[in-house]
Amino acid sequence: MDIFAQQLVNGLVLGSIYALVALGYTMVYGILELINFAHGEVTMVGAMVALSVIGLLMGVAPELPGVVVVLAGILVAIPACMALAYTIEKIAYRPLRHAPRLAPLITAIGVSIILQNLAMLIWGRQYVSFPAILPSDKYALLGAQISLLQIVIVVLALLLMAGLWLLVERTRLGRAMRATAQSREVAELMGVNVDRVISATFVLGAAIAAIAGVMVSAYYGLAHYYMGFMLGLKAFSAAVLGGIGNLAGAMLGGLLLGVIEALGAGYIGDLTGGFLGSNYQDVFAFFVLIGVLVLRPSGLLGERVANRA
Amino acid sequence: MNFGKFAVSVLAFSLACSLSGCGKPQDGGALIKIGSVAPLTGPQTHIGKDNENGARLAVDEINARGLTLGGKKVKLELLSEDDQAEPKTATIVAQKLVDAGVAGVIGHLNSGTTIPASRLYSDAGIPQISPSATAVAYTAQGYKTAYRVMANDAQQGRALGQFAVGKMGAKKIAIIDDRSAYGQGLADEFEKAARAAGGAIVAHEFTNDRATDFTAILTSIKGKGPDLVFFGGMDPQGGPMLKQAKRLGLNARFLGGDGVQNLNFMKLAGLDAEGAVASSPGLPIDSMPGGPDFRKRFEAKYGPIQLYAPYAYDAVNVLVAAMQRADSADPAKIMAALPKTDLQGVCGPIKFDAKGDTQGGAVTLYEVKGGKWQVLETVK
Repeated sequence: MDIFAQQLVNGLVLGSIYALVALGYTMVYGILELINFAHGEVTMVGAMVALSVIGLLMGVAPELPGVVVVLAGILVAIPACMALAYTIEKIAYRPLRHAPRLAPLITAIGVSIILQNLAMLIWGRQYVSFPAILPSDKYALLGAQISLLQIVIVVLALLLMAGLWLLVERTRLGRAMRATAQSREVAELMGVNVDRVISATFVLGAAIAAIAGVMVSAYYGLAHYYMGFMLGLKAFSAAVLGGIGNLAGAMLGGLLLGVIEALGAGYIGDLTGGFLGSNYQDVFAFFVLIGVLVLRPSGLLGERVANRA
Repeated sequence: MNFGKFAVSVLAFSLACSLSGCGKPQDGGALIKIGSVAPLTGPQTHIGKDNENGARLAVDEINARGLTLGGKKVKLELLSEDDQAEPKTATIVAQKLVDAGVAGVIGHLNSGTTIPASRLYSDAGIPQISPSATAVAYTAQGYKTAYRVMANDAQQGRALGQFAVGKMGAKKIAIIDDRSAYGQGLADEFEKAARAAGGAIVAHEFTNDRATDFTAILTSIKGKGPDLVFFGGMDPQGGPMLKQAKRLGLNARFLGGDGVQNLNFMKLAGLDAEGAVASSPGLPIDSMPGGPDFRKRFEAKYGPIQLYAPYAYDAVNVLVAAMQRADSADPAKIMAALPKTDLQGVCGPIKFDAKGDTQGGAVTLYEVKGGKWQVLETVK
């Protein structure tokens, strides 16, 4: 039982990070029907920028408490990622807005490769370690060990998701986003500045991605230039699992994927008598994804088109 | 993974081309090319660069001393290639070195890349001396070109298994390996030796050499209540793994092989590294016959030694000594001279057995104490 609880906790933490990154994929897809493959790399840049700031602060003012240092890192990473996403959209996607749909997809892959290699040039090829400056308090719950960091990650992720939900459902910008998602042309005729709405969508997703990036690096204690690739792939799968273009779907898909991965990796060895090991962790997640897509091609919550943003 | 790997290979290729100058001849024919292969991109870059630097230091020193073969003054040139720790890239760069006409190859770093590449060198008749590939399989293939200057995994795994049960008092042991030729080989040898010494293996789990999340594996291991966790793999996985284990409240001792016995492991594991034990073939650098002096010369040029640099340095010297005995840079003649190697290297005396393994390699065990690797003991 305690092992099950622990795997569940592991999965929920991982899943809430996936969900945050998945939101960025799904928002952009909802509006542009574009899979923004560079989104995973934006997450990576967020982690790297934050780590640079943290390293710098620790050198300049070692007496600052760890929480403040990490917060400062996040506060620099967010605008950096927002600016990056704004630039990417402006340079790589906007000129191709009326091109065939494959063209922006290929640029997205190109941007992703460029970002990875730029990050390698800037931050080097090594794993960068996240300094142990956050409190490492642990609590026991139902036999599982939960650290303060894990609680903060899950709570913060839920708050961010709720905030984004409110923004999309209750604000003027949110209404403009939903209108643009339904029909770009009609929204434009109604006086919505579509270009600005699309930019805002990218920037919002990037801000959340920056926070997710810092979470991942704090959680695993490291960051590296290609961390965005697998993370992006998993988050994209989470978005598809939940129904791409659907906000609630991305959240549900992310959490589900995280839990499936943790439970799958934890129990597959025992279930198959050691024939398949926990190294099938990634395979397991994608296997479930394929299963869901075969049965429900539009994803778990994919049919509620009106909710997409 | 595909885009990422593609990106890396495109960059690596262009970099490799610009670095090696793609085979420009310099002072007409007097240039002897030696290949060096290690991962220069990806998670193991720091160790790869360390090997390259070790080899480069040897080449620079020999050039400064001056080398005469067949009555003519010659200069050595090091062609450094990046195999990304990828078996398929390893064969591509191996072919590239064969085509460039190298007299010998120092490499590769990983067992997983050394083994597939060794066939190409064997077919081309080019001697290969790996500084750090320790998988038993490498020299067991029957290739006359394959040599190594480090004790193999059978020797190291045996020492680790006996140490875990005998000295660390482990009764229930969990094993994790990264499924690379090195990690798997070492873990299997460790398992055999630990079982033979009376330890019970409660779990043997696998990960891969690019993973960062081990919470699921560690949680399932924790359920089996081991008092020791053995990891067969490299520091980019070992460091985070130890950190995550501590966070999950898995209070078992951590034991690893030479892949984690380095500075980066401690950086990645942070304070959690305290108490971790790992082995390394050979003697501690300061106990090596030429160790302290080598450290001084190396650090003046490249900064702290990461891991295998002294072995790469020795490997170059073994190759060049064979050239001098053969009085030629012809690979066939070098190969004829290699079995007679009897060299006092930085790491100790080097002699090869019939398979190309070093004779009587020692294994040293280290523990992290006060943020430093401290020598526990050396076993023969």
